[in-house]
Amino acid sequence: MTTIASLHIGELAYISEESLNEIPLKLLEMGCLPGAEVELIQLAPLNDPLYICVNGSHLAIRKETASKIQIIKAQ
Amino acid sequence: MSYKKTINVALIGNPNTGKTSLFNELTGLNQKVGNYPGVTVDKKEGHSKLQSNLKAIITDLPGTYSINPTSLDETIVLKTLLNSKSEKTPDVIVVVADVENLKRNLLLFSQIKDLEIPTILAINMADQMKRKGITIDLKLLKKELSNEVVLLSVRKDPDQGIKEVKKAIIKTYNSAKAFPLCNVNNRIDPAYFDRLKEINPKYSIYELWLMITQNSFPDKISEDEKKALLTFKNDSKNLKKYQHKETIYRYQKINEILKKTYLADRSKATDLRAKLDKVFTHKIFGYILFFTVLLLIFQSIFDWASLPMDLIDTVFANLSSYVNKTMPAGVLNNLISEGIIPGIGGIIIFIPQIAILFLFISLLEETGYMSRVVFLMDKIMRRFGMSGKSVIPLISGTACAIPAVMATRNISGWKERLITILVTPFTTCSARLPVYAIIIALIIPDKKIFGIFNLQGLTLLSLYILGFITAIIAAIILHKTLKIKNTSFFVVEMPDYKLPSLKNVFFDVIEKTKAFVFGAGKIILSISIVLWFLASNGPQAYTDVEKNIIEKTVSQEITEVKLNQMIASAKLENSYIGIMGKSIEPLIKPLGYDWKIGIALISSFAAREVFVGTLATIYSVESDDDDITTIKQRMASEVNPETNTKRFNFPVGMSLLVFYAFAMQCMATLAIVKRETKSWKWPLIQFVGMGVLAYICSFVVFQTLS
Repeated sequence: MTTIASLHIGELAYISEESLNEIPLKLLEMGCLPGAEVELIQLAPLNDPLYICVNGSHLAIRKETASKIQIIKAQ
Repeated sequence: MSYKKTINVALIGNPNTGKTSLFNELTGLNQKVGNYPGVTVDKKEGHSKLQSNLKAIITDLPGTYSINPTSLDETIVLKTLLNSKSEKTPDVIVVVADVENLKRNLLLFSQIKDLEIPTILAINMADQMKRKGITIDLKLLKKELSNEVVLLSVRKDPDQGIKEVKKAIIKTYNSAKAFPLCNVNNRIDPAYFDRLKEINPKYSIYELWLMITQNSFPDKISEDEKKALLTFKNDSKNLKKYQHKETIYRYQKINEILKKTYLADRSKATDLRAKLDKVFTHKIFGYILFFTVLLLIFQSIFDWASLPMDLIDTVFANLSSYVNKTMPAGVLNNLISEGIIPGIGGIIIFIPQIAILFLFISLLEETGYMSRVVFLMDKIMRRFGMSGKSVIPLISGTACAIPAVMATRNISGWKERLITILVTPFTTCSARLPVYAIIIALIIPDKKIFGIFNLQGLTLLSLYILGFITAIIAAIILHKTLKIKNTSFFVVEMPDYKLPSLKNVFFDVIEKTKAFVFGAGKIILSISIVLWFLASNGPQAYTDVEKNIIEKTVSQEITEVKLNQMIASAKLENSYIGIMGKSIEPLIKPLGYDWKIGIALISSFAAREVFVGTLATIYSVESDDDDITTIKQRMASEVNPETNTKRFNFPVGMSLLVFYAFAMQCMATLAIVKRETKSWKWPLIQFVGMGVLAYICSFVVFQTLS
């Protein structure tokens, strides 16, 4: 399964429709919607938390959450 | 016709949109922190004149990304809005948005619109548009949202912005029109929502829907209606799914509108953020930078606070002796000069340190740097059962635990928040410093080791580190033992870096310092008065003291000063507090303390710093309370009659330092913890746990060293 947690720094992807029900409501409300563009900006030590930019919002989320959100990597 | 009218206006918005700047500009110095009825969270309110006959009470609601709350702060927003049919609630809501994140900001706006309350959209930071390559068709946006929209830059041009916002408030208030923006119900399950509406058509569908999903009801709703609403909860297993659908539909609608009205050319955006983030969130440099910043902060607190503290000290000492000399002698004179004035002085003296620390914290938050610290520290703090957001309370705790405990409100996980609250009082707060200072001066030689490090300074530093380490260990134990499921999840916005607004920093420092002055101040002052009473009254033996001593010493040749000192000290021994000290002596003897130290311990259960003042009174030092040299000399010459050695020798001093590092000796903090956890259980656990730890550690330290 390809999720936000498997992105490399600077890599772009799109949130997949499949994980809609796995995305916490709050994250959805902050712009993390299916189809939205997501970029990994920085990782804290031990790769957790992740600093991402999704739909224009700059957010830090924990690996636990990130590994539930499926993505489709940009070509 | 001229009449005066006051309306309620609430400011709502995502964090980092400049909402507080707008509030500060609108209200200026006319702001105060009150309480929400029934909820124990502070409410920021202020007055603003809209036009000659119309005034507004402006409420600054906590920053939130949505009406659906995940933390205590955000719950306030929901509660305020759901009570919209009662009289103390907003007539007009101003949604403050940031031009760069307009899309996300519009989600909150769309939710508020659906509550059918008259609303204004204030798009802030318009001055950034050019730099970020953004253009907005304001006219079309107004039409599409069928709402008043204002573009402003509070920082750059406050006067123009305020004028426009006021105009929009008046206009919206007078038309009092409010329509929903997204008829979410039609998109999800029309039949379900039609049945919902039948319960009470007075409420908007969205309001009723929020009552169900958030389990939060307005005060005025009837029991029957509440019951009927609760059946909808069981009725639909799809509650969560519906909420997801709702949010997605809202974004679709917002995207449609923005497509026509909003254009952002990303290629024009500058990459200052990316450059700074490379350094500030770096896996190695990020931490080095953070600890350097911390070190600089603590260094400046000590450097900058000492002068104003000395000044305050002198002023209150002089005031006290002035009152003592000028007022007619008697009980009232004593109460004022020995109880009230030193009591107030004991509170004011901490203001410089506390204000300076909060100045730094506020600056770090305003610039956006604090979010990076949260990002860097989250994984580490999680090992201890806390969150990256716990770093701010723990740092604040080095000034005063009261504002620190209050700063935990934005931690969304209850377990993480509770652990942070419980361990914060272990960090070395400013009230411990006077105690540490005098004991260190007594037992640690003023020597340099390796030519540069001052031994006394090193001891103080070790006590700070001891506090932090104990907080961490306590957190680990709580993390392992507390059986609370952490339900919420963690998300932090990383805002753009910006120069801090001095006005915001100023108001923030005032607010937090006030929390200390009025939180701790009230208790410290009342305790000083009680202490004064207990120390200056006593049973029959107390009244006879003076006569007995004069009779006993009549044949000896002693000076009047010496005689007075003997009387004062014997009086204290026979006063109520002296009796209390003697009765706990057996309990504290294994720690190396006598009844005199016992009195100081009892009195410092109200507030730690009272220790020094109490000892000064006990040893009847004929000078003001904080004149360290005299108290120090007196303490240094105090002899333990059983062993004929110094009372404050190395083992006793170390035992005291450890006791003060661990014991929960602050009633004000306990009161705040009760308020924030809504039960006496946690402050009680804190009090007993920290007390037992202090006792055991002091016992071990004293017994091993002596």
